[in-house]
Amino acid sequence: MSWISRGLIALASLIMIGIYFQPLWKIRLYAPQYPDGLGMIIWVNKITGKNPHDLQNINLLNHYVGMKKIDPNSIPELKILPVIFGFMIFLGLLTAVTGSKKLLYAWAVLIVLIGVASLIDFWWWEYDYGHNLNPHAPIKIPGMAYQPPMFGCKHLLNFKACAFPSTGTYILAVSGTLGVLSAFVEFLRGRKKA
Amino acid sequence: MKSKVKLALFSAVAAGIVSLPSMAQSPAEKVYVPHGKHDEFYAFLSGGYNGQLSVYGLPSGRLLKVIPVFSVFPMNGYGYSEETKAMLMTSHGFIPWGDTHHPELSQTNGVPDGRWIFINENNTPRVARIDLKTFETTEILEIPFSGGNHASAFTTPDTKYITAATRFSVPIPQKDVPIAEYKKYFKGTLTFIRADKPGKMDIAFQVLVPGFDYDLAHCGKGPSYGWCFFTSYNSEQAHTLLEINASMKDKDYIAAVNFKRAEECIAQGKYKEVKTKYAHNYRPDEGDRIARTEWKTSVKWIIPKECPGVVYFLPTPKSPHGVDVTPDGNYIIGGGKLATVIPIHSFEKMINAIKNKQFAGEIDGIPVLKYEAINHCEIPNPCLGPLHTEFDGRGHAFTSCFISSDVVYYDYKKCKVLGHVPTYYSVGHLMIPGGDSAKPWGKYLLPMNKITKDVFLPTGPELPHAGQLYDISANVENTKPQFLLDLTELGEPHYAQAIPASILEPKSLKIFELEKNTHPYATKSEEEAKVVRKGNIVHVYMTAIRSHFTPDNIEGIKVGDTVYFHVTNIEQDWDIPHGFAVYGARTSNLLIMPGETLTLKWKPEKPGVFPFYCTDFCSALHQEMQGYVRVSPKGSNVPIKYGTGEEMHTVK
Ligand SMILES: [Cu+2]
Repeated sequence: MSWISRGLIALASLIMIGIYFQPLWKIRLYAPQYPDGLGMIIWVNKITGKNPHDLQNINLLNHYVGMKKIDPNSIPELKILPVIFGFMIFLGLLTAVTGSKKLLYAWAVLIVLIGVASLIDFWWWEYDYGHNLNPHAPIKIPGMAYQPPMFGCKHLLNFKACAFPSTGTYILAVSGTLGVLSAFVEFLRGRKKA
Repeated sequence: MKSKVKLALFSAVAAGIVSLPSMAQSPAEKVYVPHGKHDEFYAFLSGGYNGQLSVYGLPSGRLLKVIPVFSVFPMNGYGYSEETKAMLMTSHGFIPWGDTHHPELSQTNGVPDGRWIFINENNTPRVARIDLKTFETTEILEIPFSGGNHASAFTTPDTKYITAATRFSVPIPQKDVPIAEYKKYFKGTLTFIRADKPGKMDIAFQVLVPGFDYDLAHCGKGPSYGWCFFTSYNSEQAHTLLEINASMKDKDYIAAVNFKRAEECIAQGKYKEVKTKYAHNYRPDEGDRIARTEWKTSVKWIIPKECPGVVYFLPTPKSPHGVDVTPDGNYIIGGGKLATVIPIHSFEKMINAIKNKQFAGEIDGIPVLKYEAINHCEIPNPCLGPLHTEFDGRGHAFTSCFISSDVVYYDYKKCKVLGHVPTYYSVGHLMIPGGDSAKPWGKYLLPMNKITKDVFLPTGPELPHAGQLYDISANVENTKPQFLLDLTELGEPHYAQAIPASILEPKSLKIFELEKNTHPYATKSEEEAKVVRKGNIVHVYMTAIRSHFTPDNIEGIKVGDTVYFHVTNIEQDWDIPHGFAVYGARTSNLLIMPGETLTLKWKPEKPGVFPFYCTDFCSALHQEMQGYVRVSPKGSNVPIKYGTGEEMHTVK
């Protein structure tokens, strides 16, 4: 492996540490009764409110239409993801130290798979959250589902829900790109030699 | 040619706009606060005989809140709930009503700081502290050896003390004497209350004074720091038909009290500790938020003869009402309500007169200073019936005149009248934001009137009181105050105070943190809700959250039980109170703020099943926020059973 690709994969791994300190996704809810909006912030290992009691208040409102309670303790992804990314950081640094091309290619493939899988999982979680409704909910509107958006804004009854990726996701994107770039450099070098 | 005309026209219009900045806007534009904007000032108007304190926004004149202080308030359960009823405890027992007169904001360096507002009760002498994070009454102190606590609750510039005094002198200590022996037995007290420590309000000392009627007060600031001034009338010491008998003399007195001297005398042991009993009621603004009464058992008396220099009498014409100290602290203006002049005393002259012993006499060991030696000037022919004075911070005084129904404004140094504005009708107090402080925000003037007559739509014989808002932001030397608005008032506002919204708005509390609720009967989650019987006392640990109570079905209550519904609002969302009311309760409803626990006591008298419900339209399913309590006959053996939804818990 060249010093350039080693440097790139090392950098990719180090940058990834940032996701433990930055949120991945932000969901904001606006309604006439909530002029300041309510907010939900998704981190790699937790879900928090924008303000101290937002999560409780979102759950409270959601129970009227029969949506499940968001309980961070019962979401397995919040326990699995920190381990997966920890492993990727370790693997990336190991690749940089050993200079193993195999590890590098493995890293690049894995990060793409993890990225795609995470997005699909997130979408599925949102789908389930918005469709899997308590049949005894006080407010039932035929044909209505409450799946929040992933990108952009959407009207859900009296709320306007907006969701956008946040710093943590951008960090992952940059990290992944650098890692894949590193693998690409090595791949090109290998072809030239051959 | 055409362009020249245009230019001239443009210049004329521009010049007009520049030269008349305050008149550029109509009154309607000045008081209109559009949606999305808030008022510029919070104004606090006493409610007089409703015993409360009203909060208004200025300049809109919108009523924002009524803060219950000395009167019960079934709207939110103040004085009825177990957590608040101790606030109205006195040495005479529980009193459900009071008469509030003079709100006074706490000050730092002579400037209102927005920590608290104090207010007095005139009838059964008391003072209260209202916290300005919660806008709730947190502390009430009873004043012993007093009658008619009117000259109260005026603060020193550091809020170390607030004042109290006897408008109605009484036998001190109280005893059964013929009223005709007034002169022999009746005395007055000037009381200094330590006020800078929440929860620790206490009577620092009382100065015993002759049995006059001590009417109003204000404390010195800047150079006059260390002194408080109390007006008096009835120096004739009449006890009947005062309107004639107390109006004989052409001068009464302002009592000038040197509280630093009083502190010295106390330090030197020159005081008398007197046994008595009075209530100190405190409801903390966090924690368990339960009001408790502490009984105090003594006060310190200062007898002027034994502590020379503690008080002087300043002769002042005639039956003076208000006494107001200029923002610079140099002048003391008396509102001689029967006088034909407004007397202005000079603090510097007063100090010199004391130094040079320019005394005209002595009453009960209190030197009377020579009027000529202390008087700065008399405002000649100001108006009829001058009462109270406020300041704009630019060298101008505004005095309300009851009889002529107007406000006179003048330069108090040059003693020159500048003009008058009308009031509708018979103005009492008047208020400028910060107008009695060292730094008035001299933008608005609010005279508050005693007679309304035709100002508003009539509402039968009993009419609302009226106030008039004036814009005084332009220089009143050459621009008349602009009349803006009539505003309706609740009860009878006496004095008022106002403070910029920017000071209070950011710290106004939105919710009580449930985590910090230390009420012994708080129920912090639905899982903890329960019903506990102890003999014939039943405690219901209940939660309220949109849109149900837990428990909402209760059985096993018996006639003869006393039931305490301890309802905790476990919401943590802004502006989601829940109410609680139960059929036949002889108290009131509860209005429970998020994170708060309030308790309603209920003694069921008949067997049956009785509904309870949320009285605050809290949510889309508010109408469903209801429950039942089953009451069985005395001696029956229905077990305690409770729950919400499918699960019912039975207590064996
Ligand atoms: Cu409710």
